[in-house]
Amino acid sequence: MKTMLNVALPKGRLGEKVYAMFEKAGFECPSIKETNRKLIFENKEKGIRYFWVKPSDVAIYVEHGAADIGVAGKDILLEYEPDIYELLDLDIGKCRMAVAGKKDFRDNTQKTLRVATKFSNIAKNYYASIGREIDIIHLNGSIEIAPILGLSDVIVDIVETGTTLKENNLEVLEEIVPISARLIANKASFKFKNEQIEKILQSMTCQMEDKK
Amino acid sequence: MNNINSVLENDEKIIFRLRELYSKYGYMKYRMSKFEEYDLYVRNKDFLVSENIITFTDVDGKLMALKPDVTLSIIKNSREDTASVQKMYYNENVYRASSETRAFKEIMQTGLEAIGDIDDYCICEVVMLAAKSLECISKDYILDISHMGIVSQAMEGIEISLNGKTALLKALGEKNVGGISAVCAAEGIDEKSTDLLKKLVTVYGAPDKVIEKLKSLPQAEKFSDAIKQLENITEMLTLVGCADKVRIDFSVVNDMGYYNGVVFKGFVNGVPEGVLSGGQYDNLMRKMSRKSGAIGFAVYLDLLERIYEDSHDYDVSTVLLYDEDAKLCDVNNAVKKLIDKGETVIAQKTKPEKLTYKKLVRLCKTEVEEIENNA
Repeated sequence: MKTMLNVALPKGRLGEKVYAMFEKAGFECPSIKETNRKLIFENKEKGIRYFWVKPSDVAIYVEHGAADIGVAGKDILLEYEPDIYELLDLDIGKCRMAVAGKKDFRDNTQKTLRVATKFSNIAKNYYASIGREIDIIHLNGSIEIAPILGLSDVIVDIVETGTTLKENNLEVLEEIVPISARLIANKASFKFKNEQIEKILQSMTCQMEDKK
Repeated sequence: MNNINSVLENDEKIIFRLRELYSKYGYMKYRMSKFEEYDLYVRNKDFLVSENIITFTDVDGKLMALKPDVTLSIIKNSREDTASVQKMYYNENVYRASSETRAFKEIMQTGLEAIGDIDDYCICEVVMLAAKSLECISKDYILDISHMGIVSQAMEGIEISLNGKTALLKALGEKNVGGISAVCAAEGIDEKSTDLLKKLVTVYGAPDKVIEKLKSLPQAEKFSDAIKQLENITEMLTLVGCADKVRIDFSVVNDMGYYNGVVFKGFVNGVPEGVLSGGQYDNLMRKMSRKSGAIGFAVYLDLLERIYEDSHDYDVSTVLLYDEDAKLCDVNNAVKKLIDKGETVIAQKTKPEKLTYKKLVRLCKTEVEEIENNA
């Protein structure tokens, strides 16, 4: 029996784009396109099994070896710093991690800056790198509301088009790092399923070059 | 006493097999105290996997620590005066904080160290024993070998900030080609050096093929010593029949401040992280003001429990039920008789729930009668 390669895909639009890349690489799994609520799909012939998980959990599945490879945003990799191989920048799902605040915000450097964010680790590292003391307020969603209600001075969050910010009278103050989707692999799986992973990696690298 | 084998858990069996292996090659068991002065770890903080250490004050007021690492203690206690190589192995518990759960864990670690005037044979022997150790755990294993000499040579001569170097080593460890390009571009490193680093992380595979590729690099001359050493190791591993399980992988980067020569990491199929890790650490010896060289590795036994499915079909082979008024000597006799037959017996007044067993028997006066048989 062929060993199955387990692939964790992020639920949602990004995941569909990524699946298309896997399909092009010759690892199709037609049942995935049926509309139902199943989370696991496999193609025994090709030795591949896909499953949809919450995008922020992909790295966890891969790090623990439940998935051999997966696709995760750089934001998640920076936040959780999982012990994995980051094999390829897929150049999709592009956005940036940024500091945003009210349009008229002026940083008072005499005070500790209050930062609301979902990405505590990224915020902590960024402000440590510029030597600014901050208080982190960890939120799980609707971050944009924090500066408006005076919960925080600024926010650190993902900015894609900036529409949400604009509609809430906020603007980008500082860019921290550009974000895109990455192909990641479990360190042990990379060795034991090397042939399959290398094949996918090569095909994806080619697909990226074709696009350019 | 083949009974012993059936009682031993798989990880205990592995410990015995590893001890047998190491003593065959003349390594001495090294036993040490559970505690160590905290001072030792403060001075070598970067060497430790995690910075969190359990500390307490000893009766005389000294700050002590529960060992988070064994290697440092072994070096501290090693003698400098002998010309020969001291070969030791250990099997100890260490205490570390897991980065994931943010809580301390007791980790069973086995490993070996060779300290002294280590030569090519000694290095090859230790790498070979690392491969053999993995073989003791599972037939399906892979030993990744890298050489810090090659990585540090590749980074030599490039000017890079301290932050940049950390970022670069992290990218190397992640096989992150894009990351390497980004760091190199930010640090203004020339294309030739960037290319070399990228090539190093992408060559991965069987030793003979990788060595071939290394030799074809334009900078190959700089690496000739390290390549020779890798060839020696490959030759040794071929002799003992492990060569097909070995891969050369330059993404194995241990701290350059401590490790200098060959470094390696072992994986077994079924465990998502490395179960064995080691290398040559002359630089650490210098930091601890020792003149000699050293090489060693550790096996993380706590990771292994997951690869073995529970092999017991039942908790106990026989459940013996006895009545309230049964005589002490009768129960004792009945239990003993069953044990002598090679059974495992649990004596109970009522049948325990959720216990799995082969046979259920009841003691009536002095006779044992069978009620249920699942065998």
